[in-house]
Amino acid sequence: MYKILKKEELNSQVTLMEVQAPLIAKKCLAGQFIILRVNELGERIPLTVADYNRETGTVTIIFQKIGKTTSQLGMLNQGDCILDFVGPLGIATHVDGAKKIAVIGGGVGCAIAYPQAKAFHDAGADVTLIAGFRSKDIVILENEMKAASSSFHIVTDDGTYGDKGLVTNKLEELILAGEKFDEVIAIGPLVMMKFVCLLTKKYEIPTMVSMNPVMIDGTGMCGCCRLTVGGKVKFACVDGPDFDGHLVNFDEAIQRSSMYKNEERQAMDRLNHSCNLLKGAK
Amino acid sequence: MANMSLKKVSIPEQEPCIRNKNFGEVSLGYTAQMAMEEATRCLNCRHKPCILGCPVNVKIPEFIQLVAAGDFVAAYNKITETNSLPAVCGRVCPQESQCEGKCVRAIKGESVGIGRLERFCADYVIEHGGASVVKPELNNHKVAVLGAGPSGLSCAGDMAKKGYDVTIYEAFHTTGGVLIYGIPEFRLPKSIVNIEVNKLVELGVKIKLNAVAGAAVSIDELFEEGYESIFIGTGAGLPSFMNIEGENLNGVYSANEFLTRINLMKAFLDDHDTPYKKHNVVAVVGGGNVAMDSARCAKRLGADTHIIYRRALEEMPARQEEVHHAMEEEIIFDTLVNPVRILGDDSGNVVGIECVKMVQGEPDASGRCRPVVVEGSNFVIDTDAVIMSIGTSPNPIITSNTPNLDTNKWGCIVADETGATSIPGVYAGGDAVTGAATVILAMGAGKIAADNMDKYIKEKNSK
Repeated sequence: MYKILKKEELNSQVTLMEVQAPLIAKKCLAGQFIILRVNELGERIPLTVADYNRETGTVTIIFQKIGKTTSQLGMLNQGDCILDFVGPLGIATHVDGAKKIAVIGGGVGCAIAYPQAKAFHDAGADVTLIAGFRSKDIVILENEMKAASSSFHIVTDDGTYGDKGLVTNKLEELILAGEKFDEVIAIGPLVMMKFVCLLTKKYEIPTMVSMNPVMIDGTGMCGCCRLTVGGKVKFACVDGPDFDGHLVNFDEAIQRSSMYKNEERQAMDRLNHSCNLLKGAK
Repeated sequence: MANMSLKKVSIPEQEPCIRNKNFGEVSLGYTAQMAMEEATRCLNCRHKPCILGCPVNVKIPEFIQLVAAGDFVAAYNKITETNSLPAVCGRVCPQESQCEGKCVRAIKGESVGIGRLERFCADYVIEHGGASVVKPELNNHKVAVLGAGPSGLSCAGDMAKKGYDVTIYEAFHTTGGVLIYGIPEFRLPKSIVNIEVNKLVELGVKIKLNAVAGAAVSIDELFEEGYESIFIGTGAGLPSFMNIEGENLNGVYSANEFLTRINLMKAFLDDHDTPYKKHNVVAVVGGGNVAMDSARCAKRLGADTHIIYRRALEEMPARQEEVHHAMEEEIIFDTLVNPVRILGDDSGNVVGIECVKMVQGEPDASGRCRPVVVEGSNFVIDTDAVIMSIGTSPNPIITSNTPNLDTNKWGCIVADETGATSIPGVYAGGDAVTGAATVILAMGAGKIAADNMDKYIKEKNSK
């Protein structure tokens, strides 16, 4: 059992938890992930390590309550335990302190973009961070991201905060203004990563993306997280999760991510139904 | 006087048309009377070829004589002198190519039902108790076992019996490895696996779950923590694909994924959260035990199920019993057929698998006829799921994180006949060394490694 030492609601949909997991905290690096299972009947889901503290032995996860499992996880409170918590899995981000990089985070993807930006920043890299959100009320980690970058930009789809527009607009604006990035790191929804990669390909800037497909074991056993990179089949859990974005087949990844959409919606409906029953009983 | 019947005493089974709709065990096992009757078919011959056919050298004629005499507990204790998991082996060993394949009774008629008798003894003791658990005296030496599958459990059991303080590190949230995630309930009930694992715990074996060898714990750290020898039994994880068009469509699974969803995560049950997609027609590609397991699971979940195999039926590597059971359960066998591509609809879902017909050519290196494509014989099987069951390669996590651990070109850990690897004190066995093989071969490797780890530690400490 893995105890939740701290819980913080970052917005109405996104939650941060610090979980006691000393073995993982001792070893994990930016870009790696954990797999967790909430309870005996639960599924195994991957979440990227958002932060860690080697002294206190804690690992921070940030998740959006989007399906049944993340909703159940969100119902747990400080002092409660997560049944299974395993890692660190995947290959850590290759951090090069000599570079000038642009890190792009989209929505809850900022929870993954932030530790990568921080790792580069701590290593001495010149980090420009562009964070995109739908709207002002779902902005997360603003202060943290500011502290992990030398130049920080927020954009929102509806213009309620920062500049109105998409992360790609901001990135292109910076490039056209003469910023010379050695590398771009894009983490967020598949569609966002796809369009960042199309843009950076045009300007020939090497781009890494962090993939987050459906997984079961997370240790290379089931092959369910496979994707096509440069025409070859790769497993996100052991070959990634970071890949050269210019080689990733995003259309296929988007298609594969929808495999269980119906089943996930049904599970969510059942959860809502039983929660309503519980509320009724009270 | 031996029972000279040419046939094994038949074993009660669930009817095929009933069992192909449930996950209950197919074979119901012998009654005491059936077991005693079958046991009298053993001639107790002098040269005991059956023992040589067993990777863990179970004293087969001796235990069978005890069964014949009705002393089932003593028979069980005789088996467990060399085999830590009899209830498992009695169910899943390929006996026809091992002990039973060597049985002199098989020269004329059927061999003695050694597997069935082993299972009977194990089940008898599970039900009635009485097994001798001799808790060994601890020798105050610590060893670590990486992976709680067949090779690791076998190694851990033997080391514990020798008095070692054993800790198993397992990546999954439960023990058993392929016995849990791979082999389905109807062939090996999970309660049986748990009972066998609990026996190790009673022997003093400690188990750490959710601990990925190579990620959370490294070989160097384990030595630093005072483990004097380490066994790597991390299995063959990585599933292989055919590299044909359409393999990443929705509805194409590796056998590992399909079986893990069903066996480990129980995705087909409504109260379990792992999603399962209902399929009407499932095509399983491959001819091994894993292919049979996948097909029979798919059938039980309501799909019309095909097995597609590029060679002939008699060349299938699966246990005869599995092929036989699968056929009884109305699984369609498309043999001498090979897939060339998987067809999808506009949303990326599988709608069919295009295959070619094959004919048997000249024998190849394996001694089997090389399958040759019949040009222009392409045809399509309409299906909404494809399960690739064409093998696996070893899990890369431990090897990629342990630079001085030698591997071969397939990524298998290099170990000699004693199980020793390129790192002193580190032993390995099972699929991590051999690539995908059987439960019992993995158990045999774990056992051999245990003997040699014991020798290694004794020699080191006597210096």
